[in-house]
Amino acid sequence: MRAARPIAIAATAAAALTALSACTAKSDAKGGDAIQVTAADTRCDTSAKSVPAGQVTLKIENKGSRATEVEIVFPDDRIVSEKENIGPGTKYTLTAEVKAGSYEIACRPGMKGHGVRQKLDVTGSGRSTKRNPALDAAVAGYREYAQDQADETVPLAETFAKAVQAGDLDAAKKAYAPSRLGWERTEPVAESFGDIDPKVDTREDGLEDGQKWTGWHRLEKSLWQDKKIGAGDKKLAAELVTDLKDWQRRVGKAEITPTSMANGAKELLDEVATGKVTGEEDRYAHTDLVDFKGNVEGAQKAYELLKPVAAKNDSALTGELDKQFAALDKLLDKYRPAKDSYDFVSYDKVGKDQRKELSDAVNALAEPLSKLAAAVVK
Amino acid sequence: MNENERGGPSRRALIGWGGAGLALGAAAAGGGVALSHDGPSPASAGSGGAVEFHGPHQAGIATPVQDRLHFAAFDVKTEDRAEFVQLLKDWTAAARLMTAGKPVGEGAYGGLAEAPPDDTGEALGLSPSRLTLTVGFGPSLFERFGLADRRPPALADLPKFPGDNLDKSRTGGDLCVQACADDPQVAVHAIRNLARVGFGKVAVRWSQLGFGKTSSTTPDAQTPRNLMGFKDGTRNIAGTETARLDKHVWVSASDGDAKSAWMTGGSYLVARRIRMNIETWDRASLQEQEDVFGRDKGEGAPVGKAKEHDAPFLKAMKPDAHVRLAHPDSNDGITILRRGYSFTDGTDGLGRLDAGLFFLAYQRDVREGFIPLQRRLSAHDALNEYIQHVGSAVFAVPPGVRDSHDWWGRALFSKEA
Repeated sequence: MRAARPIAIAATAAAALTALSACTAKSDAKGGDAIQVTAADTRCDTSAKSVPAGQVTLKIENKGSRATEVEIVFPDDRIVSEKENIGPGTKYTLTAEVKAGSYEIACRPGMKGHGVRQKLDVTGSGRSTKRNPALDAAVAGYREYAQDQADETVPLAETFAKAVQAGDLDAAKKAYAPSRLGWERTEPVAESFGDIDPKVDTREDGLEDGQKWTGWHRLEKSLWQDKKIGAGDKKLAAELVTDLKDWQRRVGKAEITPTSMANGAKELLDEVATGKVTGEEDRYAHTDLVDFKGNVEGAQKAYELLKPVAAKNDSALTGELDKQFAALDKLLDKYRPAKDSYDFVSYDKVGKDQRKELSDAVNALAEPLSKLAAAVVK
Repeated sequence: MNENERGGPSRRALIGWGGAGLALGAAAAGGGVALSHDGPSPASAGSGGAVEFHGPHQAGIATPVQDRLHFAAFDVKTEDRAEFVQLLKDWTAAARLMTAGKPVGEGAYGGLAEAPPDDTGEALGLSPSRLTLTVGFGPSLFERFGLADRRPPALADLPKFPGDNLDKSRTGGDLCVQACADDPQVAVHAIRNLARVGFGKVAVRWSQLGFGKTSSTTPDAQTPRNLMGFKDGTRNIAGTETARLDKHVWVSASDGDAKSAWMTGGSYLVARRIRMNIETWDRASLQEQEDVFGRDKGEGAPVGKAKEHDAPFLKAMKPDAHVRLAHPDSNDGITILRRGYSFTDGTDGLGRLDAGLFFLAYQRDVREGFIPLQRRLSAHDALNEYIQHVGSAVFAVPPGVRDSHDWWGRALFSKEA
């Protein structure tokens, strides 16, 4: 499990990628030869910088004092293959099918942070198309963010689950909305796994025939509507934590592209427009504005990372997006006591006119946001 | 009897084929074929053609009334005058395309796969359907953008009339767009796409769909009936009556001072959502219904007359009869151009039809048109027992877009005056 990593690393990653792509491979491995990876607390030495496409074998030895994790990653930081928890003084052999292209081998001493990296050039036909380092940096930054959100969510979900398991109605209610924030910020990534979202974030009306209702909203109904915690709820709370840990483990392997980031940002606003503005998301708890804010923050993060590229292609669009994000933020601030607070006004206290105003501001942002993907790939 | 032996398709036969909605559409199209002309001809275009967008007056006022309406009122969301002016230019460009039967922007398909298409696409393959788009500016617009001294006195706020029960969410608006077309999908497409172009600058405040025209600006055509089953607006101003239009509808250069000269060639629009108490009306005896209107139900002839267009003898009607009270002869000659539509927005929570008349009337000066007329009607009209005004708005409708370089509201937003 990874602890939270600071976002500033995104910039470092971009710099590292640029620097690495400039150096040339000195030693090549032949097909079938394993690459020796010597991981230590501050080192990550590899015996080859180039290898033919196909099955790639890493013979890993941890000579450091802490457990480490070794990964083969795409330039945008998506994990091709990984081995976690390689203890000090132990060895492990990792094999993976790798297509031609540019990669990195990352050693993460202590199993956290950006780690120490080496370039790995996988040669062969069918090379992937030319990559855009600025977009790779954006995707890597976003993956970092998505991982952070998952890492921060798990302990908050555990707090929520503990309160449910202790039968503490008030504490559980208090812990409900905070436990959802990281998920709401990065929902499109979480949803890309397909199987986790139905288990943790399905609303009663979204249930399919024969589907058991689990996750946050089932517990929400128990806490606010039924006003009691049953034995089943305690089990559900434990399942929720298990499912979220699954999500946390898989974020690194999520398929994220610049287009999917941009579309993800738009989808977050779609979520707001169809679920939050109407008060359908948290119909019992009325904590919709917390989810609303989370969706907007997640969309804004994706946008800010893509902005350097988008601004070059369509500065009028990024100007409009800056303006509309600011306008929506300002409007949302009216519903919380302080800028750093997530203690938003209960949505059942938000009147019809106010909902209309929120809806207008969402439309004003979502419309230009729907053009971001095109501005990124132009 | 074999229905096919009749002169044209009967409504009953059509309903037998595929339900009332379809049948009405088919009947309308059938009527259009007989009238259709090749190429745009604003005065006499059939149901498929395009109505010329450019001209001294906006289309959609004197234009022969189309079958369908989508009317939308907007609130302004931007405080930036230049941005609002740009929106009016963008809207003009989009309207120029749509009224010609073309999609907006770069079309509905074939563009970048990653971008949403400019046009929403549901009007592809449909004829222009005589689409007209008519823009108006509400009183509240003049509280913005330093326009305070450009508000014409003729754009008067409507007073509260007796019996008004106005719903705030169906009332007012900084600006409006009236979309009329013979095909409802064409009208809805137009409002939807203008709203989309407008996101961030304007937001829809309310909108209204209308289906059966309740007035005609073509006197030879049969006068349409409202949902109460009566012909109304028999003596409406015809689109060809230029003298009456100049006298009662179009704003003249002599009407105001330099500050409101931008309205020359324009008109003033009053929109009222008039809910009908359908169920109680239907229980009223035929005698009462005819007394309330002052006409007979079958022919539409005024009381004591034989034909619809016979001059009414007002004194033969009950003092509170609708026609008697609304007639120009009872109102010092006040005449307005009516262009309303019936509406049915499903049913209300009590199972009653949420239906009525979406009243639209154009006039040269609201103070000398709708206001005195409605003062009289709201106080005395026998019809009031069966209707309630639930939405209201008033707009200054600027003159037409002259040519391909002109845009809606140019005269208002230009620096001079």
